[in-house]
Amino acid sequence: MSTIHCKQLCKTFQQGDVTITGLDQVDISIEEGEFVCLSGPSGSGKTTLLNAIGGLDTPDSGEIHMGDIRIDRLDKGPLADMRLHNIGFVFQAYNLIPVLTAQENVEFVMQVQGVAPAERAAKAREILKEVGLEGMEDRRPANLSGGQQQRVAVARAIVSQPQLVLADEPTANLDSTTAAHLMNLFSSLNQHHKITFIIATHDKRVMAYAKRLIWMQDGKIMTDTEQEPVAMGDVVGE
Amino acid sequence: MSSGIFNLPFKATLTLSWRNLWRNHRRTAIMLAAISVGVWAMIFMTAIMRGMVGDMLSEGIRNLPGHIQIHQQGFADDPSIVNSLPSPGAELLSALDDPDTEAWSGRIKVPAVISSERDTRGVTLLGVDPVSEDAVTGIAGQVVEGRFLDTVDDKGVVIGLKLAERLETRLGKRIVIMTQDSENNIADRGFRIVGLYKAKLEAMEEKNVYAARGTLQGLLNIGDRITEIAIIDTDMNDIDPLYSKIKAATPEGLEVRPWYEIDVYLSTMLATMDGFVLVWIIIVFLALSFGLVNTLLMAVFERTREIGLIQALGMRPSMIIYQIVLESVLLLVIGLGVGNALAVITILPLESGLDISAVAEGLAMFGAGAVLYPTLLLDDVILANVVVILLGTLTSILPAWRAARLNPVQAINST
Repeated sequence: MSTIHCKQLCKTFQQGDVTITGLDQVDISIEEGEFVCLSGPSGSGKTTLLNAIGGLDTPDSGEIHMGDIRIDRLDKGPLADMRLHNIGFVFQAYNLIPVLTAQENVEFVMQVQGVAPAERAAKAREILKEVGLEGMEDRRPANLSGGQQQRVAVARAIVSQPQLVLADEPTANLDSTTAAHLMNLFSSLNQHHKITFIIATHDKRVMAYAKRLIWMQDGKIMTDTEQEPVAMGDVVGE
Repeated sequence: MSSGIFNLPFKATLTLSWRNLWRNHRRTAIMLAAISVGVWAMIFMTAIMRGMVGDMLSEGIRNLPGHIQIHQQGFADDPSIVNSLPSPGAELLSALDDPDTEAWSGRIKVPAVISSERDTRGVTLLGVDPVSEDAVTGIAGQVVEGRFLDTVDDKGVVIGLKLAERLETRLGKRIVIMTQDSENNIADRGFRIVGLYKAKLEAMEEKNVYAARGTLQGLLNIGDRITEIAIIDTDMNDIDPLYSKIKAATPEGLEVRPWYEIDVYLSTMLATMDGFVLVWIIIVFLALSFGLVNTLLMAVFERTREIGLIQALGMRPSMIIYQIVLESVLLLVIGLGVGNALAVITILPLESGLDISAVAEGLAMFGAGAVLYPTLLLDDVILANVVVILLGTLTSILPAWRAARLNPVQAINST
């Protein structure tokens, strides 16, 4: 079964009198359990494609299928449900809820999903430990460093083991050691839990982790190649 | 696995709403103060108005009509001695002796002309039994010079201070009263002024002249007949049981009327009071609502990025509306709590009487006294609370709806 299938996706943006092409007839299929990196220069359409696949933005034309569901036709409510139960997001700018602690931020999605308090608390503690934030559960985002905040965001994205994780420049604001740790975590989750990862990045060291590398330019897919990923810890952090 | 509006994680939403509320302490505190003062004003002013209307009502009723009146049929159209009625018989006396009866008085009430050596005025001449009349109207307590009538055969009269001023007469002077007897002949007689009274209403002072009932019956040549019986119920808000008993015991040919039929002005005022209170509460709320909407819009504006984030994480638009409305409800509930407490704290000590004599002259025209007794009614408190919660919640739907309509991508990328 194809996890994600995009057909002839087009998206344009208007900036004053100028029309900018975000996506130009993009066709792409991503299978369950793949580890894909989208790369290309700024404005190439990486983030636009991520947002479209994640149901955060709707294409002007074309189709997006996730399994049997055509998500570009879903209403806001069902689309929100689809994101809640199937997709984890990691944004470049951390995007944590400032009034919640690290633990509460990680629990937030599970709370909305209706997971029992004890279960979600245990899962949140475990995942925070896994991303190296043990002992920082009660800190609010303002009291965490940029790297720590990103790790909380990653923990939130993966804690409920979604089918798909969409990450937009997840290592952009991290030091190389933290970035390596994060990529190793992604790689491990991909291998052991078959979570599909689609990562938009400029960082060649991150690209090295991908099994599939898609190069975009001007809203089009220029190349789509498979590669042998590096072993964990081999690239980032060196 | 739907997470629609009916299976919202209440605790998560409550936590988020509560903490968001205190992100900007100063703004929340100002809004809370505005809500509290608004709610206090709603309840306090309503209690003042209730007290004033209650005072006007009880004074108005005591000023003559009583709660129930018995007349000869046709007296309302022609209030003259021709439409007199006999003194109450045994059956009516028994009904008047009911425990619900606080007091009653049989009186003569006829139009008359009063003359001093300097001026002449048209008045209402009242022939009363001093004891029972005082029990109904408290007139003896209003006498400020001289005395009230002693017996039913007293030969003196008691007039108002204002009337004395108009007639340019005074206590101890003689006046002449002229009216028509039962045969439509002129009946007149000289009386000595034995007392001057001061009423809350100057109009009453100018209008009502008190003479002894027996003396007037002799003047009018009507035997022991009277023109009306005024009855005071122990509970003015529930006069129907006594009214029914008296109506059943009243002989045919006489009519029994409750105060709200006799004094349409007072009854209309009472009937419109509830509507007036509601309008007042809504007006205060409208003033509040601008602040509330502004506060919530600012809160939404400041959190655009965060709202985009929770949308991206899978919060439905309905849940976002719920979360922001809950924030507003929390604000309203706290404001209501403080406002209610302030109202109770400020009204209860005033229930024994608030002296407004400095500004009471104008109010006296409407029958309100110089001492105001604010009346705190549970119904009014409930009304104010329900209006604030209900309309406040409705008002907050606009900013919440705007938040729910944000595009997640644009919201997340906003600065």
